[in-house]
Amino acid sequence: MAKEIEINMETITEQIPGKLIDPSLKKKSKIEVKDVKVWYDDFNAIKGIDMNIKPNTVTAFIGPSGCGKSTFLRLFNRMNDYIEGFRMEGKIKINGDNIYKKKVNVEELRKEIGMVFQKPNPFPKSIFDNVAYGLKIQGITDKQLIEERVIYCLKQVALWDEVKDDLKKSGMALSGGQQQRLCIARTLAVQPSIILMDEPTSALDPISTAKVEELIFKLKEKYTIIIVTHNMQQASRISDYTAFFYLGELIEYNKTKTIFTNPEKQQTENYITGRFG
Amino acid sequence: MNNIQKNRLKDQIFKVWGIGCTLFALILLAFFIGDILIDGIMRIDWAFIIDLPSRKPEKAGIYTALMGSIWILFLTTIIAFPIGVAAGVYLEEYSKKNRLSAILEINISNLAGVPSIIYGLLGLEVFVRIMGLGASVLAGSLTLSLLILPIIIVATREAIKAVPKSIKDASYALGASKWQTIWNQVLPASSGGILTGVILALSRAVGETAPLIVVGALAYVPFAPESPMDDFSVLPIQIFNWISRPQHGFIENAAAAIIILLLITFIMNGIAVYFRNKWQKKLK
Amino acid sequence: MRKIKELVIEKSLLTSALITIAITIGIVLVLAIEAVQFFSEVSIIDFLTDTQWTPLFTDKHYGILPLLSGTLLTSFIAISVALPIGLSISIYLSEYAPKSFRKTVKPLLELLAAVPTVVYGFFALIVVTPILQQIIPGLSGFNSLSAGFVMGIMIIPYISSISEDALHAVPNALREASFGMGATKLQTAFKVVVPAASSGIIVSIILAISRAIGETMIVAIAAGQQPRLTLDPTVPVETITAYIVQVSLGDVEHGSVEYRTIFAAGITLFVLTFLLNTLSYRIRKKYQERYE
Repeated sequence: MAKEIEINMETITEQIPGKLIDPSLKKKSKIEVKDVKVWYDDFNAIKGIDMNIKPNTVTAFIGPSGCGKSTFLRLFNRMNDYIEGFRMEGKIKINGDNIYKKKVNVEELRKEIGMVFQKPNPFPKSIFDNVAYGLKIQGITDKQLIEERVIYCLKQVALWDEVKDDLKKSGMALSGGQQQRLCIARTLAVQPSIILMDEPTSALDPISTAKVEELIFKLKEKYTIIIVTHNMQQASRISDYTAFFYLGELIEYNKTKTIFTNPEKQQTENYITGRFG
Repeated sequence: MNNIQKNRLKDQIFKVWGIGCTLFALILLAFFIGDILIDGIMRIDWAFIIDLPSRKPEKAGIYTALMGSIWILFLTTIIAFPIGVAAGVYLEEYSKKNRLSAILEINISNLAGVPSIIYGLLGLEVFVRIMGLGASVLAGSLTLSLLILPIIIVATREAIKAVPKSIKDASYALGASKWQTIWNQVLPASSGGILTGVILALSRAVGETAPLIVVGALAYVPFAPESPMDDFSVLPIQIFNWISRPQHGFIENAAAAIIILLLITFIMNGIAVYFRNKWQKKLK
Repeated sequence: MRKIKELVIEKSLLTSALITIAITIGIVLVLAIEAVQFFSEVSIIDFLTDTQWTPLFTDKHYGILPLLSGTLLTSFIAISVALPIGLSISIYLSEYAPKSFRKTVKPLLELLAAVPTVVYGFFALIVVTPILQQIIPGLSGFNSLSAGFVMGIMIIPYISSISEDALHAVPNALREASFGMGATKLQTAFKVVVPAASSGIIVSIILAISRAIGETMIVAIAAGQQPRLTLDPTVPVETITAYIVQVSLGDVEHGSVEYRTIFAAGITLFVLTFLLNTLSYRIRKKYQERYE
């Protein structure tokens, strides 16, 4: 098991609040997971996982339904905190700081770690307001800055040309694929360094899926991306590393190419060849 | 006639009976309204609205009662609306599944079933006597606020429940705090439903008679209230008072005042339904 | 700073929610304190067994039975009207009526419950009683029949709407299974759908009864103000609620036994409706679990 994968090449730049900065100049985020266990009431959903994730890579989490991969993903931005009966042990360090320490400001953490959900979930607001939301809740009122950032982010997700004439239109009025790209733009606007994606294309048609995948590929240059997917081809197409989960355990974690061509474990092979799952 | 035919006949008979019952209820409603219109519509003119109460039926008007109702409506809104919505938000968004939340839930469900006259007894002791507010508009409004609080809370909870969880998740994931999420996403998305519930609750308050009688609202008030501490009457009490008089002229007055009261009630209900439909479309 | 703001908001929201508990405690305390003082002057045995209620006369009797019988009689008449009609409407709307008809009729029926009760009082006294008097000679001007009937009309939507919701929630698969065996709509409705929705229907009936027992203005206006232990629907009676109104309208000195009678009557009413509400809450909870 390749636990200690090389991290580093940190180019640290101070983030100036509110200023538009190129994410590629931002601090690289290394993620270390140490002996993490999760319970929902009595149910042991994650049974002790160690894992390190490299900056500026795409890491895919695969595994059958209920294997804990989504739960695991949601640990990184503490989205499980709201689930009743949730209990967690172990450490998750991002740039060396344990994000489950008492003192951690969860809201600050989530600005650093964006998330894209399974079903596109734009707010019932205008396209513009959707992207601007994250800035507004930070108390940013500079209209020009907000506008610049919204345009920048919409361009990043290649949505700008499609929507530039009706930014006032409701985000809900877009097509499914556009909605998902809007949600990604909304996430980028907060300037995270890590983006978590929970089956982002499972509700989309093949053409929209292709567009989102293309986008993920492009975003990799600037962000660390972790993506949960059910789709094996997707994992092999877009990810650099792949982690296979089964029944709350990390079975195998390695370069995607290795996992798909020469897996170490029998279980992994069975799963990727479609023998179960 | 064989069994199958018999069953089909029964089926048809019940269908006719079902339509009959539905129409019976609706026709009665129409008959009520029609009858009251016939009795009272001729009595309504501008003078009827702006005249003070009088011992002579043809001179009496509803001005003081109408003003009393408007005062009650206004004060009840500003008391019950914020408290009811806040309690609803707490129960739906903050409270964890524990003893307290279970007690709160049973309690609210029970309060919703307490007869309105009991709220009158509570208001009489607490607001009128202990707090020394007397039989004032404020005491009456506080009493009615307690009465409609459960309705507003339940409506708020239902409306918030209808907001998709994915919207909340998205807001949290962008670094919004709990209150920012509630204020910027949950409340705007549920406002239509909350508004509907509040208007329906207020329309109930406008028609309430018994608790206000118990609190000590008067049947005869010479002047419209000018401050929350003034004596007051309301439309339903004025109607009740006129019904209890033997002279026919007062019956006519009662019918006329009922038309005004029904108009207010139905308009409020209409607005509520309008908001609900608009909101439900928006959520989809 | 932000943490503190969040905490302050949460606590003030909690306070709002706790107000509802304060209301309940307030109701119980107010009723209990005044009632305890009442029972220190009037024996509870007399209260429960005496067949006369005459606190406002010189020859004072404090038996709740006449008020209770008045309350139950008017409520019984109301339910006898509302139950068959309300239930038939709910079954018709849920199982037979076209969707568009159901969508228009339901809110219209609910208007019946939105009409202020003082309006129904007017109707019972001024319209229904004179009509009934032509059919039933000797019907008194104030009587429980007319008040109960009109009250029944008022509570129809309580039964029809809530029952219809319950019937509507029954999965279609059950109906199809029954139709598949050659059952008519009527057979399916009564043998499959109604039993499956029975708890919801029972809840609606209990709520309607509770509403009828607590109803004030209709009975205060049309049923009379003569406490009398009778089952005769043609004579004037007085309900608990009407008595409270009667005393409130008069000039009764605060702190007197007469004043406290309304709290003794009030606590009786409260206990009655509380039991019914608790029962319906229990049934509802159980029923929710079954469908979730």
